[in-house]
Amino acid sequence: MTIKKITVMTATAVAGMMFMGSAQAGATFDAVKKKGFVQCGVTTGLPGFSAPDEKGNWTGIDVDTCRAVAAAMFGDATKVNFKPLNAKERFTALQSGEIDILSRNTTWTYTRDTSLGLNFAGVNYYDGQGFMVSKKLGVKSALELSGAAICIQAGTTTELNLADYFRANKMEYTAITYDTSEETIKGFEAGRCDVLTSDQSQLYGLRTKLPDPASAVVLPEVISKEPLGPVVRQGDDEWFNLVKWSLFAQLNAEELGVTSKNVDQMLKSADPSIKRLVGGEAGFGKFLGLDDKWAYYIVKQVGNYGEMFERNVGQGSPLQISRGLNALWNKGGIQYAPPVR
Amino acid sequence: MSDTSKDSEQPAKPSRLRDPAFRALIFQILATAAVVAFFIYIVRNTLHNMELRGISTGFDFLDRASGFAILQSLVPYSEASSYGRTFIVGLLNTILVSALGIFFATLIGFLVGVLRLSKNWLVNKLAMIYIELFRNIPLLLQILFWYFAIAFNLPSPRQSLSMGDAFFLNNRGMYLPAPQFGEGFWMTGLAIVAAIVGAILLVRWSRQRFEATGQTFPTLYVSLGLLIGLPLIVFLASGAPLHWELPELKGFNFKGGLTVIPELFALTLALSIYTAAFIAETVRSGIQAVSHGQTEAASALGLSHARTLRLVVIPQAMRVIIPPLTSQYLNLTKNSSLAVAIGYPDLVAVFSGTTLNQTGQAVEIIAITMAVYLSLSLGISLFMNWYNAKMALRER
Ligand SMILES: N[C@@H](CCC(=O)N[C@@H](CS)C(=O)NCC(=O)O)C(=O)O
Repeated sequence: MTIKKITVMTATAVAGMMFMGSAQAGATFDAVKKKGFVQCGVTTGLPGFSAPDEKGNWTGIDVDTCRAVAAAMFGDATKVNFKPLNAKERFTALQSGEIDILSRNTTWTYTRDTSLGLNFAGVNYYDGQGFMVSKKLGVKSALELSGAAICIQAGTTTELNLADYFRANKMEYTAITYDTSEETIKGFEAGRCDVLTSDQSQLYGLRTKLPDPASAVVLPEVISKEPLGPVVRQGDDEWFNLVKWSLFAQLNAEELGVTSKNVDQMLKSADPSIKRLVGGEAGFGKFLGLDDKWAYYIVKQVGNYGEMFERNVGQGSPLQISRGLNALWNKGGIQYAPPVR
Repeated sequence: MSDTSKDSEQPAKPSRLRDPAFRALIFQILATAAVVAFFIYIVRNTLHNMELRGISTGFDFLDRASGFAILQSLVPYSEASSYGRTFIVGLLNTILVSALGIFFATLIGFLVGVLRLSKNWLVNKLAMIYIELFRNIPLLLQILFWYFAIAFNLPSPRQSLSMGDAFFLNNRGMYLPAPQFGEGFWMTGLAIVAAIVGAILLVRWSRQRFEATGQTFPTLYVSLGLLIGLPLIVFLASGAPLHWELPELKGFNFKGGLTVIPELFALTLALSIYTAAFIAETVRSGIQAVSHGQTEAASALGLSHARTLRLVVIPQAMRVIIPPLTSQYLNLTKNSSLAVAIGYPDLVAVFSGTTLNQTGQAVEIIAITMAVYLSLSLGISLFMNWYNAKMALRER
């Protein structure tokens, strides 16, 4: 199963590397434009981030991050193809060109940014690693977890942080490492482990998959920094810029009070910042190789950052996560985008 | 006068280029050179392109600290160990589950295969149902089934099933007392080796005597006595230098003793049961391939039913059974990589899974992993070919 998938992907990657000349600038941008849709790598199903709904439509904050890119490029947020990947497969899939963007709750780390031939294009969710335990164990703090069996997913930062945390606190643990979140939550449900650890937001998402979500509690400790965001291949700056600024456009829109509801009226706004954002400044889209109204399409079809957040993981969703770190910089959080000017 | 004769009257020797053997040699050298050149080109181009794209290459990563935990390890391992060590841990886990799988699959397979030929209708049909059922359900489903059946149906550690205060069973695994060898246990070890050597010599001697004189000797009982008795006497005489460490519930889980994790148990079970279905069919066809005349001849000579089976049927059936049996062993070993599905830390899960992902060195790691499976498979093949040659028909 997985070995085959990984081998095939690696083989494709190697085959690519074997015969390709040097990567040219704009290769991905042009290829995406030509094929008419964005190929976006997501999870195999993580509520709030990327999961198919009852009707089979992909939803989630990572899904919308890809949709925003499609909206900017094609003026149509539906021009995206989603490719489910588990944690282990994701980087190979991006390296081999099987996907154009990896938007799969992926933590921006030094090693990943510098040694994989990839670039992180921003942070669409500031997260941190937490623990979920069954309520009946009566555990109140992560420091009481010495000796516990812990379910985790392979190929994640979670695996590494966990080892560091337990070592630093001189505690012991047994790691049970699964391939997909489906198995991880099932192992937890079956009682194979006492604890499930992952990025905290994902714990809330995974908890909704339990037969009785109230039977598990998320502990207060956050043991790591997990800035999650979209990733692209190195070597195509045009594409990198587009992905980066699609997310910045959503953040700027929220800051300027532009929403999917009022963006049409905002087209007539006298505020120069708003005018530049929604395409009132002629020739502004050219720098990205796009229509002047690129950001207008994003906000109109996908919404600003706040709308995207509330709809997928916030008050409009079963996860009920508060903005916290993900509030705008001027609202007590750390989400901050450079200005559109 | 033919062209090839070394006739001195022949003035012009045909050019060597006309010589088919020489020409074939030249072509073979050229073809090999072309293939080698092609591979060198590909490898260099790949490395060059990976460097251009900022993907790190090389084998330096094997010395870096891994930083992640592994559920089961046959050698000492911690988060501070190197990525190279994760390779060893994964490899040993793969070998462990494959060896256990091969052992049990062979056992069950031979049993079911023989039962499949039983004259008893019920036994015969039960064996048939076993074969058809397990051979036709995808292995991955069987692995998941056993795993979650175990995990969901066994109690939690605090409600463990137990036998005495020594054996415990719960959804975290099976906990057994671990032997702690005291000083002087080496003498018992020596006695075991001596008993084995003695038993082998005994078998040889009795076979020679049988061939020379036709007299039989109760080898089985005598060698069993030797194998059990000698070590036992030495063990007791040296003061029984062995005690058992019992598993004990501490906090969330059991500590101490030996643990058989449910992942290993489920995977071994699924691999054995699945592969045994194929082996059973191989065994059945092997036995049926021995012509009935052989059995008749044996009974005409007055051999008992058991003897006929042991001396006439099985040696001939083995010749038919071994080659397909080898492929089943190879399949089982390769199928053990389905371990990832349930989190058993085999080579694929640990090394070409987590290690690959943490280091990003896909090309190197996949190459190493493929080389390992190739070596394991070739090793099994070589052994089975040797065994096959040993069992092959010897014309006298
Ligand atoms: N942010 C971490 C963890 C990401 C991760 O894979 N989390 C799991 C949570 S259990 C997940 O999303 N799994 C979904 C899947 O495998 O499809 C990382 O980048 O390494």
